[in-house]
Amino acid sequence: MIDALGNPQTVLVLGGTSEIALATVAKLARPKLVRVVLAGRPGPDRAAAAASISGLADTVEVADFDATKPETHAAFVASVFAEGDIDVVLLAFGLLGDQDEAERDSAAAVLVAQVNYVGAVSVGLNIAHHLDEQGHGVLVVLSSVAGERARRSNFVYGSSKAGLDAFAVGLGDALHGRGPRVLVVRPGFVRTRMTAHLADAPLAVDADEVAAKIVSAIAKGREIVYAPGAMRVVMSGLRHLPRPIFRKLPF
Amino acid sequence: MSDSLAGLGTDGTLLSGWGRTAPTRARVSTPMSSDSLSNLVLESGHRGILARGLGRAYGDAAQNSGGDVADLARFDRIDLDPDTGIAKIGAGVSLDQLLRKVLPLGWFIPVTPGTRQVTIGGAIAADVHGKNHHIDGTFGAHILELELVGADGVYRKLTPQDPAADFWLTVGGMGLTGLITQASMQLLPVTTSSLRVDTERATDLDDLMSRMTSGDDDYRYSVAWIDCVAGGRSLGRGVLTRGDHAKLEELSMADRATALEFDPKVRLGIPNVIPGGLLNRYSISAFNELWYRKAPKSRAGEIQSIGTFFHPLDGVRNWNNAYGPSGFLQYQFVVPMEASDLIRIAIERLRKVPAPSFLAVLKRFGAANPAPLSFPQPGWTLALDIPAAIPGLSVALSELDDLVAAAGGRIYLAKDSRLRPDLLPLMYPRLTEWQSGRARLDPTRRFNSDLARRLLL
Ligand SMILES: Cc1cc2nc3c(=O)[nH]c(=O)nc-3n(C[C@H](O)[C@H](O)[C@H](O)COP(=O)(O)OP(=O)(O)OC[C@H]3O[C@@H](n4cnc5c(N)ncnc54)[C@H](O)[C@@H]3O)c2cc1C
Ligand SMILES: NC(=O)c1ccc[n+]([C@@H]2O[C@H](COP(=O)([O-])OP(=O)(O)OC[C@H]3O[C@@H](n4cnc5c(N)ncnc54)[C@H](OP(=O)(O)O)[C@@H]3O)[C@@H](O)[C@H]2O)c1
Repeated sequence: MIDALGNPQTVLVLGGTSEIALATVAKLARPKLVRVVLAGRPGPDRAAAAASISGLADTVEVADFDATKPETHAAFVASVFAEGDIDVVLLAFGLLGDQDEAERDSAAAVLVAQVNYVGAVSVGLNIAHHLDEQGHGVLVVLSSVAGERARRSNFVYGSSKAGLDAFAVGLGDALHGRGPRVLVVRPGFVRTRMTAHLADAPLAVDADEVAAKIVSAIAKGREIVYAPGAMRVVMSGLRHLPRPIFRKLPF
Repeated sequence: MSDSLAGLGTDGTLLSGWGRTAPTRARVSTPMSSDSLSNLVLESGHRGILARGLGRAYGDAAQNSGGDVADLARFDRIDLDPDTGIAKIGAGVSLDQLLRKVLPLGWFIPVTPGTRQVTIGGAIAADVHGKNHHIDGTFGAHILELELVGADGVYRKLTPQDPAADFWLTVGGMGLTGLITQASMQLLPVTTSSLRVDTERATDLDDLMSRMTSGDDDYRYSVAWIDCVAGGRSLGRGVLTRGDHAKLEELSMADRATALEFDPKVRLGIPNVIPGGLLNRYSISAFNELWYRKAPKSRAGEIQSIGTFFHPLDGVRNWNNAYGPSGFLQYQFVVPMEASDLIRIAIERLRKVPAPSFLAVLKRFGAANPAPLSFPQPGWTLALDIPAAIPGLSVALSELDDLVAAAGGRIYLAKDSRLRPDLLPLMYPRLTEWQSGRARLDPTRRFNSDLARRLLL
């Protein structure tokens, strides 16, 4: 259960190696969680992630989950919830992809769309049913400001996040008043391995800062949160910028 | 998963406790008859079923997310034997309803909490205490017999003498042993509906505690209000009020004719729309100062009404809305007499946050009763109402929990909304005894609550 001060006891991470998600788990453990499930593709990274948070919960489990295999999602989600209620689900998997490659090879673009959008719709709906049945819980969806207005330089990723964001907002409305909630997180540039090959964009933040925003938004029952907070203002400006100007922006 | 989300949309209500934190959804029904209640138990799904009274528990004790919740409001009979003062009362009857019926006939409730808006079922399940705990014990100690619907849907009568101790598993059992449908209770004879009250102001915590230690036994009722905002030499200063039921001859001639009249009025409610809440850090600090100043240094023999003395907050409907949408919590713990230091430590720690309390109540408990999960034990109990939105509160309270547990003390489950499960066995050393009793009464966990899920009860 999530307590009166917003502290959960059980957390499921979809994208169990995500740096933002692991930073969030660390901050949610005040001082300790009861159960954490790191779901993702098997391998040394997932094992290392589990080891890195072993002190933060009474039990840390790993589970196999691949966003590109929607046919497996119902059984996977059911097996996790069969062991007990999940208070917080972090939907943190995502693929940045390479825009140039995606423009040359549509298969690369499709993979981005399949992971970020199709995979999220599939697993997200299954999660929503289980949260609805248990009558409580928060689904945290890692969207991105990139989805708020797709830019020339990464519109494939941006469009997948736009779809994800619209899905998550709508799902939040479907669950409104039923106990479970959806928190849509819109980070700007976050310094993680996903962006390690890129130069910092303006207002770049660390995973810790995003994690802190997520934790306080869960406690306060927020529906949408930006990280950093100033991004909300920036995006409301960018959204209304005339297209000829927006198209020429240097990022 | 075939159900559509929208398809499920009609059956369910969001429930929270009095603190309005952590709402969850349940299917609430109000059964009209004994049969429909047992059917409800038998048909409850894998999320189980729970009784809910008037939802005055502060946290998640009366919530059952994803499951069924039974409101026993229709179990509302009151049968009083006016000669013996033994009353048979439906579990859904509130103390307010009961008092309005029995007080004019010269009978009073042997134990009353700080509000009349609780049900008989809720008062037994939480084994509530009042200002007379040091003399009269808990609510459960005055129950002669109760009726419980078990996991098999069957009605059984339980008495305190019952060798299997099912009675005592149910008293303080937080609704997890079954649904209480009615109880017989010995009421207390009174000749007036007033109290004779002595008020004293204490300049600091030591002064307050020594007045209570030396003088409490001379009074049936005793409680102190502490100014949690004052620091330095005034830390723990407070106002002590003690008294007993007034005798007829203590009333003025004019009041004697209506000595047993009881008709308290409820004033305007507080709407649920105030963004930051009326009660925030600043208004609470101002209130504490004012309240202390307004109390007399010492006053003896004042005649007060039952409402003023026992239930001062009942005059304002929904006063819990004053904390705004993020709600509030009550932190109530008890520590043994020899750990009285913890009272000071708690006040200091919360001043440091800073987490001022609108209501801080200090009381000395008397002996415990045989119920394994009953909260009161001999010692000092402190109860503080604190806005939930205060930053740093979680960590501060978690540290205090550790100190309370280490001192042999405990947190009150009817108030709790945030305790960690690992501390529960330390705070309630007879937890395993209660759990094995519950496993016998309800092997498949038909009765469940959010509190039970959170604390792995
Ligand atoms: C202003 C205020 C002052 C208070 N002062 C005091 C005080 O001085 N002393 C004190 O001890 N407490 C005090 N309380 C707490 C309150 O007395 C308890 O929480 C009490 O249990 C509330 O009763 P309820 O009918 O509202 O029950 P709920 O809050 O609805 O339920 C509380 C628990 O009782 C169980 N329950 C309710 N009905 C039944 C039933 N028929 N069968 C089985 N289980 C049942 C529920 O499952 C739940 O676990 C105060 C609360 C408030 C809001
Ligand atoms: N970093 C940023 O600047 C930024 C900004 C805005 C939004 N976000 C979003 O925040 C989320 C977390 O990102 P992060 O920065 O923490 O990056 P990260 O550390 O690279 O995490 C990405 C996660 O996605 C998982 N993943 C990728 N493809 C998958 C698939 N097919 N099936 C299952 N899991 C898959 C990865 O698992 P593997 O270990 O198996 O690859 C990894 O756990 C992502 O949704 C990202 O889009 C990031």
